[in-house]
This record gives sequence, C-alpha cells and structure tokens, in this order.
Amino acid sequence: MSRQQQERDPQGGSAIRLENLSKQYPNSPHPAVDNVSLDIEPGEFVVFLGPSGCGKTTLLKMVNRIYEPTGGKIWIDKTEVHELAAPQLRRQIGYVIQQTGLFPHMRIADNVATVPRLLKWKKARINRRVEELLDLVGLPPESYARRYPAQLSGGEQQRVGLARALAAEPSTMLMDEPFGALDAITRNRLQEELLRIHRQIKQTILFVTHDIDEAVRLADRIVVLRQGKVEQFATPLEIISNPANDFVAELVGAEDVLRRMSLIPIASAATAINGQRNVDDPTISGSSFLRDAIGTMVETGSERLSVVDEDGHPVKSLTMEDIQQAVSTSDAEENASERRATSASD
Amino acid sequence: MDFTYLRENPDVVWEHTIEHIQLSLTAMGIAMPIAIVLGILATRILWLTTPIVSIISILYTVPSIALLAFLIPSQGIGERPALIMLVMYAQLFLVRNIVAGLNGVDPATLEAARGLGMNEAQLFAKVWLPLALPVIIAGVRTGLVTTISLATIAGWVNAGGLGELMFQGLALGRESTVLAGVVAVSALSLTIDILIRALERLTPVARAQRAAAP
Repeated sequence: MSRQQQERDPQGGSAIRLENLSKQYPNSPHPAVDNVSLDIEPGEFVVFLGPSGCGKTTLLKMVNRIYEPTGGKIWIDKTEVHELAAPQLRRQIGYVIQQTGLFPHMRIADNVATVPRLLKWKKARINRRVEELLDLVGLPPESYARRYPAQLSGGEQQRVGLARALAAEPSTMLMDEPFGALDAITRNRLQEELLRIHRQIKQTILFVTHDIDEAVRLADRIVVLRQGKVEQFATPLEIISNPANDFVAELVGAEDVLRRMSLIPIASAATAINGQRNVDDPTISGSSFLRDAIGTMVETGSERLSVVDEDGHPVKSLTMEDIQQAVSTSDAEENASERRATSASD
Repeated sequence: MDFTYLRENPDVVWEHTIEHIQLSLTAMGIAMPIAIVLGILATRILWLTTPIVSIISILYTVPSIALLAFLIPSQGIGERPALIMLVMYAQLFLVRNIVAGLNGVDPATLEAARGLGMNEAQLFAKVWLPLALPVIIAGVRTGLVTTISLATIAGWVNAGGLGELMFQGLALGRESTVLAGVVAVSALSLTIDILIRALERLTPVARAQRAAAP
C-alpha cells in the first residue's frame, strides 16, 4: 500500500509517522525502543507483535505521550505530538488498555461520555453519541447505560472500554493488549467486532499483542519487534511465508504448515472450474482459508471442493493438489535454508 | 447504677457535652489541613511515604497522659496542650487513610484517565479523589471518634468538656457524676460514628457497590 494508491478519507484515519524514535529508561542497559522509523497509512490496522520486553507497549504509549521518547519524532498527519499539550493530544486519540481502566464509580454512560465531556460537547449531543456507541459495541443502552462497571462481565467491560475510546471519533486508536485478559470465545467475538468497526470507521489502529494468531487475524500489517528494534514490517501473509530472519520465523511459527494454511485465502489457491467439476462436491466459501478447506475435506472425505461466492454460486474448484501447490509456493523452509546459508557466509 | 446526677443536672451535662464537641471539632479542624498536606506529600513523593507514616505511628505510641504532662511546662494548662495532643493523635488515622486511599486506586484506572486526556486537576477531582474518598472518610470517622474519647483526658489539664465532669466526680468520690460523663461521651461517640457512616454511604463508590450487590 502506498500513499498514492490510497486516498485519505476525511472521516477515516490519520497517517502516523515514527521518525528515529527511541526510548532509553534510566538504569537500563539497553534502550526499550531503539531508533524505530515507521510509516503507517491512514486507516491502516497495524499490530505490534513481539515477546514481552520487546518494547511494543513502550512504543505504543509514546504516541499519546504516556511515555516520553528520549529521541525521535512522532507525526500524526501534519502534527508532531509534542506541538500539543498532552491532554489536548490525548483527547484526539482513542485509548484502550488490557485492564479496561473503566471508572468503577461512574455509570456506563458516564464512562463512555468521558472524552466528549472533556471536549465540552453539548449535553444532548453527548447523550445521542453515548447511545449510538453502546449500540455500536453491542450493549443495548436501555439495559446498560445506567449500570456500573462491576455489574458487567469482562467482555462487556472491554466493550465499554472500546466505546469510551471511540466516543469523540478519534482518527487514531491505541490499543494495548485489549483482549489479553478475556477467554477465547469472548476474545474471538470482540476481535470480529473490532474488525467490523474498523471496516466501518476506517480509523488508524495501533494494536499491541504477543498473540500471533490475534496479530494475523486483525492486522493489515504487522510490526515484529525484538529488543526495541523492528525485525519486520509486512502483511501477515508476507511475514508467515517470507519471515525476514530466524527470529521472526520462530516467533510466528512460519514452519507450521497449518498456520500458513490458516492465512492463505481459498480464493487465491483455487483454480478455475474445469470439466472434472461434480455437482456433488462439498462447497466452501472463497473467503475462508486453506485450513478450513482441509477440515472440510477430512470431514466429507472428498478430495475436491466447490468454491462458492457470497451468493453461493460455484466459481472455482479446489483440490488437495492446489493446496499443496499454494503452500509450497510460499515456501518458508526454502527461505529459511537460504538464510542459514547467508548467515554462515557472513 | 446511679443516674442521679444525669437526672438532676441535665443542663450541666449538656453544657459539658457542647464544650466537648467544640474541643473535638476544633482539634479535627486543625488536624485535617495538616493531614491533607502530609498525606499528599507522602503520596506524591515516594521516598517520603515511609518516614511520614512511621513518625506519626511512633507519636501515637506515646501515652496521652505522659504527652500532656510533657506539654504542661511549655504550654501551661488549659485548651492549648489539649489541642496539641488531639491534633497529633488524629494525624495517625487521617494521614494513614489518606495515603492508603490515594495509593489504593488502581494505577490502570489513573492511566486510562490520563490516556483519555484528563489534566492533573481533572484526574484528581473526577477519578482519584472520588475513588479514594471512602477510605479517607473512614479515617475521618475513626480519627474523630478517637479524638472524642481522648478529649476526655483534656479535663485533666482544665481544658473543659466531659472529662472535667469525670475528674470532678473522681476527686469528690461521686460515682453518679462520673457515670453521667461516661454516658454522655459514649452517646456522643456513637452518634458521630453513625453520622459519618451515613456520609460514607453517599459516596459514588458506595453507590456503585450497592448497585453491584445482588
């Protein structure tokens, strides 16, 4: 994605540019963030991925100045973040943290209204916005607005956290492991809803996680971090099929065939329907992934699937051979051996 | 038990009770601003927490009669030494609870408040103080109840109040006078305790907790 290809949507996200960004904590031998430069497109969903201590949270929290960088610059569109007073800057940026940070002594509606009130919106506008947001995150206002955080489940609380962050229509959202404390089912559901909201609003999202599956599922592009340095900045598929080095390969489990298959869309592997097509072939949606196709094959005992479009019309077919070919063209093992050869010659 | 004195001299007991309340509230009125300053210092400047809380705790271990005796040569007798003693003892409950209340607020909640764009004054008024308030008010309650009972000792240095009544009774060997003082002090403590507990129930945190209780 380049700037030319994507028009800046005034309702959508901000472009974010990190320029030689560093953070050195006192009494620490290594910088937590080490000379990081990144260009993030407006409306892009970028996930910072890495082991604990890699600097991903520090990096995220420098954008809204919870932490101050010791070097470098951060641009949100045309503004360097230090040109504004920190509270003014933060009111323009949505912020969601793992512990939700909801205010326990305030009702849900008051929690969600926090930023609009700081911005001194009119009361009627705030009330309208709160109802709209609670609907957006799937919490009917008539039954939730007057409750307190302690009356909600963990998943519901994080929905409120999300609504509160979205309240003043920020063009940038910072999310620090927002679903890290939730059970798998709730996490999946919230990931889906976040993607839906992102498709709808198209704000720029910076999202921190150490969960590779979450990163792959949500990201337009993933930033892999180690010891404060960017190891790779690329799409999930690119990172899995072409990891930049052994560290990235190991972190994302690139050798894991199943994981690779869970990232390759069926539509990209399927071939045109030829004479062999059989009306009895089990059908599968083109927007699912190869991993789902294998599942269906094992379940039905059929070695060929009929790939259907959104309306259920068969458009392509997919065989075991197609899958093998798709997986091997994005051959991580070959890349890995090349890398070993190069590093040996260094 | 002999309630003769209470029955025959309710006006005298009432007068002493009013004096007792005045002494206690004056002491609390002086103690509070000092405690707020010390409490905020102890919360804001991390290395000050332990020294401030320790010194106040050590002061509290000095017996009240000994402290008063110690104060008489420099402060004389009357209200002055009594107030100094009461203000010192009240610090323990007030400062300890201000520190515990402010430090007890979840750092994630404060980070969220900052992250949403509250400035420090808004953060304190809208989030930090309201969340610390139940613990702080509980400190005021125990502090005031303790002050009321300690103020009895003030009668020993002629500072007035119900203590004076009791010491008179003791000196004259009149059990009924002592008992009147005891009854009045206990009733006063209990009333204050109930009043401040009612106040605690009005805080936003208490309201949220009641709503969450099934």
